[in-house]
Amino acid sequence: MNTTVDLILIGVAVLFILGIKFLSSPKTARTGNLVAAAGMLIALVVLHKPGGEYVWSQGWNFNYTLIVIGTLIGLAIGAIGAYSVKMTAMPQMVALFNGLGGGAAALVAGLEFIRSAHSPLGITAFIAGAMLFATLIGSLSFSGSVIAYLKLEGKFEKPHTFPGQNILNGLILLAILGLCGWLTFNASNGNASVAFLVMFALALIFGVAMVLPIGGADMPVVISLLNSFTGLAVAADGFAINNLAMVVAGTLVGSSGTLLTLLMCKAMNRPVTNVLFGAFGSSGGGAAAVGGVAGTVKAIQADEVALLLTYAQRVVIVPGYGMAVAQAQHQVRELSDELGNRGIEVQFAIHPVAGRMPGHMNVLLAEANVPYDQLIEMEQINPSMDRVDVCLVIGANDVVNPAAREEKTSPIYGMPIIEADRCKMTIVMKRSMAAGFAGIENHLFYKDNTRMLFGDAKASLNALVAAVKAN
Amino acid sequence: MDTNILFIFILAVFVGFEVISKVPSMLHTPLMSGTNAIHGIIFFGGILVLADAATPLTQALGLVAVVFGSANVFGGFMVTDRMLQMFKKKKK
Repeated sequence: MNTTVDLILIGVAVLFILGIKFLSSPKTARTGNLVAAAGMLIALVVLHKPGGEYVWSQGWNFNYTLIVIGTLIGLAIGAIGAYSVKMTAMPQMVALFNGLGGGAAALVAGLEFIRSAHSPLGITAFIAGAMLFATLIGSLSFSGSVIAYLKLEGKFEKPHTFPGQNILNGLILLAILGLCGWLTFNASNGNASVAFLVMFALALIFGVAMVLPIGGADMPVVISLLNSFTGLAVAADGFAINNLAMVVAGTLVGSSGTLLTLLMCKAMNRPVTNVLFGAFGSSGGGAAAVGGVAGTVKAIQADEVALLLTYAQRVVIVPGYGMAVAQAQHQVRELSDELGNRGIEVQFAIHPVAGRMPGHMNVLLAEANVPYDQLIEMEQINPSMDRVDVCLVIGANDVVNPAAREEKTSPIYGMPIIEADRCKMTIVMKRSMAAGFAGIENHLFYKDNTRMLFGDAKASLNALVAAVKAN
Repeated sequence: MDTNILFIFILAVFVGFEVISKVPSMLHTPLMSGTNAIHGIIFFGGILVLADAATPLTQALGLVAVVFGSANVFGGFMVTDRMLQMFKKKKK
């Protein structure tokens, strides 16, 4: 490693930081992604081995052929995944890519561990610890992400819990930490490889056991957490193989990912420990669903809604996961354009955790060409909700439930919501009266100024657009 | 042990916190996806391990690491770009 390379790597670090910074504003976000990708390319070109030799100037051998083949296979998987995935399935895709990164981090650390443990030089406890950390966190992130992916695909959405689960998980974790502790100082021991493989397997199992009890609605938090885990694993790998770029990139992802996770939990008014160990959807939800709600549910037909909309001055649309499931974002945009052409002010109220990921709604609406200045965040739109003539709630449930304000015993009490109940008229588009992910009754549906438009969101919206056009 | 690298690590922790603290929630998904691509730098780790692999087993595992890392880094940047190209103002 020489000074020129060091200077280039400082530049790479700056590119990563700028990339993340640019990603934080809508105007520069796309550039930010490209800036980070450019940093990655430069880091690849100047890649050096831990010992200091330049990787690409070695004699070409079979391993290099394998590198090219592996890169091309990964490129194909990545490209097909990235360009074929539907916008609604975006969270799953991120989970999957994250899992692959975690798996790679675990493999790199594991191979380095076994190799250096067998080398005559041995390894220091610090390096061994870094490798074990990367193996543990990486494999946990891999198996956890796969479970998160499957949950978002709807394979087994409900939390899986059984008595003593937290205790069992705790025992697995203790066993893992015990093995890691022993291995850190006995890496050259004859039994180290076996102990390492047991630890590796337990870490994979722990990833599954950790995510399995968490409900589908909390998957965004889990993916964000696992994303930061993978970052930390990559940073630890960077320590282990003395690669500065990996340390910087991994750490940036680890710390920003941790903060993002906390921000997401804050938006849901739940401490992160509650998400991870609470199995909230299974225990808390059932109790609160009892206790009836005063008032009656009033249904409405699409042509009546169309009439209300055309006589409104200001319309606010609150999208939720139901819109994503029904793939109704294009119909929503059509309706909003149709109303906009009639001089009606249309805005979208975006709850930070609507959908399956923060920003999920923004991505979907952006796909349907809704301009982002029409998307208003919860804090900005709430103060003026009582001046909204018609509020259309499309497939959102818990994020508009006034129980969060009114009912102290509700599990969602204190969660910030979009205050759709304060609008002059609220239309809730929903397939049935089924409860949302939190499994609790929505008081909004029973309010005097609320009307329910039952049916699939896409079909209802098509009917609405047709009826508005006819008016 | 090189303590410089620890020093850099500590600074990077704080930079990571500072840089993200001002992101509007509408960009959280692309941000998560973008940072996901950045930790795809583990791809290089895979390359380094595979370049020095000496046995068929380590070659095979190294190959898997390269495939995973490559999918993470390329797929990550591409999927982020695909999300972000849709964030544009209304054409008037």
